Amino acid sequence: MDLSYSAESDAFRRDVAAFLKANWDAAAAAAAPDRREREAALRRKAVEHGYLYRGIPRQYGGSEQQPDILKAHIIREEFGKARAPMEIPGVGVQMVVPTLLECGSQWQRDFFVARTLNGEFRWAQGYSEPDAGSDLASVRTSAELVDGHWVINGQKTWSSLAHKAHYMFALVRTDRTARKHAGLSYLLLDLKQPGVTIRPLKQITGDAEFCEVFFDNVRTPQDWIVGAPGEGWAVSKTTLSHERSGFIGSAATSVALFGKLVELARHTMLNGRPAIEDPLVRERLGVLDGYVSAHQYSSYRQFSMAAHGQDAGIAPLMNKLVNTRIADDVAAIARDLIGSSLMLAPPLAGGRGAGNEKWVNQFMGSLGLAIAGGTSNIQRNLIAERGLGLPRDPSNADSAVVNA
Amino acid sequence: MNFLLSPEQIEIQTAVARYLDAECPSTRLHELFDAPDGRADPRLWRGLLDLGVAGLALPEAYGGMGLELVDLALVAETLGSRAAPTPFLGHVIAALAISLAGSEAQKQRWLPGLADGSITATVALAEDGAAWQPEQWRVAAASALTGHKSFVTHAAQADLIVVGLEGGRFGIVRAGADGLSITPQDGIDRTRPCAVLAFDRTPAELLEGGADAAARLCDAALVLAAADAFGGASRCVEMAVDYAKLRRQFGVVIGQFQALKHQLADMATDIEPARGLYWYAAHAWDRLPEQASRSAAQAKAHLADRYLHVARRTVEAHGGIGYTWEFDVQIYLKRAMFDYAWLGVPALHRSRAAALAGW
Repeated sequence: MDLSYSAESDAFRRDVAAFLKANWDAAAAAAAPDRREREAALRRKAVEHGYLYRGIPRQYGGSEQQPDILKAHIIREEFGKARAPMEIPGVGVQMVVPTLLECGSQWQRDFFVARTLNGEFRWAQGYSEPDAGSDLASVRTSAELVDGHWVINGQKTWSSLAHKAHYMFALVRTDRTARKHAGLSYLLLDLKQPGVTIRPLKQITGDAEFCEVFFDNVRTPQDWIVGAPGEGWAVSKTTLSHERSGFIGSAATSVALFGKLVELARHTMLNGRPAIEDPLVRERLGVLDGYVSAHQYSSYRQFSMAAHGQDAGIAPLMNKLVNTRIADDVAAIARDLIGSSLMLAPPLAGGRGAGNEKWVNQFMGSLGLAIAGGTSNIQRNLIAERGLGLPRDPSNADSAVVNA
Repeated sequence: MNFLLSPEQIEIQTAVARYLDAECPSTRLHELFDAPDGRADPRLWRGLLDLGVAGLALPEAYGGMGLELVDLALVAETLGSRAAPTPFLGHVIAALAISLAGSEAQKQRWLPGLADGSITATVALAEDGAAWQPEQWRVAAASALTGHKSFVTHAAQADLIVVGLEGGRFGIVRAGADGLSITPQDGIDRTRPCAVLAFDRTPAELLEGGADAAARLCDAALVLAAADAFGGASRCVEMAVDYAKLRRQFGVVIGQFQALKHQLADMATDIEPARGLYWYAAHAWDRLPEQASRSAAQAKAHLADRYLHVARRTVEAHGGIGYTWEFDVQIYLKRAMFDYAWLGVPALHRSRAAALAGW
């Protein structure tokens, strides 16, 4: 057990830090009107240096580095410290790009990957439907091949930011005679065309991030299919694994959130004293601190195992549930600390939250976390069946897990 | 960054596990648990001593293996996972106390025998029930001791007892010393029988070191208790899962029911990611001294708390059979109760951890 880094790693860390010091000023960028351009410029330079899009070949706009989980970890830490932008967030980079690199055709990679990486193309996910959330294999949106085009009819839902996206990757039924997931295909389609109706769903916070998307004879060319017809299920599984390992598993979010809660407890007065001095508040924070530290050390261990090519076992299956639990517990303590502010409407995304009512968003967001990317009960099924080896529920044998 | 066990550490843990599986299966565990005098099985202890467990973290110069607290904690986890009735806990803590606080001559005199197990020791910390912290020790540091200690594990079979004294000093009392009386307590965890010790002008050999050594010793003890709790809790989850795969009701194994699956998933999710708490605390004790006390307090509070919770849920998951004396889980539940309260309940250590974090 050694929590230090090798001299080689330390040198690499110094290089990354020096690069950021020379090329990025977070405070200046935050206020600048050309923030987006600055971020794009930094990303371009970071790719040149091999810091971003490391797993992606140069011809598609990546930096094509040897896989090195330790370097990736150091880059994340240093970029985090410098509050520098990393890869463009979202399903395009997290899900579409890896899927196309693994299962896409040559022209699809040439056309889509680089422009997704630089933010020119934005994507929406087209997996869930009103009757196919956790049970994804029962999607009903259909596509039929007519004169060299797939003609799509049906409805998708929970498509995050579809109203701001250019393209969608969708799981659709192309063979009604085949059994459940055997008849599914993975199609890419242009959202900016007649027949596509996008209706943002106002969510519990008042924001509208996800949308319903309706298809009325919407067309996409025959070769915009990823993989062969009927292989959609397998192709979508590729993306799912990227989703889970990518943006849900990290302990950093929980650690940062807990730090903010401790700050809130320091600055909130309770009976004329800072709340953090109250024994009950301290005990509740202490209980949560145990979970947060456990999660952090578990992530060290998972990271170390991955870096040494070992299977991390059951722990990675638990990350999402652990993050959800921590967010829920933070919300529970925060709501008692903010008191009457719980009765105020939270600031909308992009708006300015003046005071404690911004914790109302954390409160509701913690609920969103329990649902998005597979509800907590679906996560429990996964842990029980894949992790603990308990038998599958027969009613549930064809199910998969998605929401986004 | 390498937050993993070394092959040697895995080997030690595997050797202890294999030995316990052979020598202390469930039937033997119950025999020992039900033995009237509550004494640890000398043969089982001897076998563990032959594997080197007592000297693992003692310096090589005194017959130890010169390894670290992490290594000792891995053994504690394995003993916890088998609920093994041995004097391990008191013995290794007493030896650590002499290693931390003893003079050169004292170490030379005592440590080799403790490392090879020719001497068995235990440690007497608590006064008046809940006074576990060195600041609360009131028995005067002198060459003759007068006062009481309680919850002293395996006192009856110890050749020497390391006693926590006023000001965080330690004294060594020999078995059969004048004015020493040992009264067994009706302890809940019969794998670690306890006694009240009364001293009446009892001759003691004072160790050289003071409060710093005592604080450090208590941190190590917390880590070992945390490791025991992790081992026991993990075993409880395994027992509950195994039973769910075996027991049939309504024509199917009960593990197929989602309600039970979710309980088991929650139990596993409570425990498995918490392994690193005691690893980190042990590592901090060895290598990151400024974090040692807080990490130890946090690890003990969290793991002891979760162990008791999971042991309770394991009884429930077994239904009626879980509530019987014949079934193993009662032994784990009682060990969890011991781990919860030994050295102080979770709330005490959370409060210490909060203060150490500067909250």
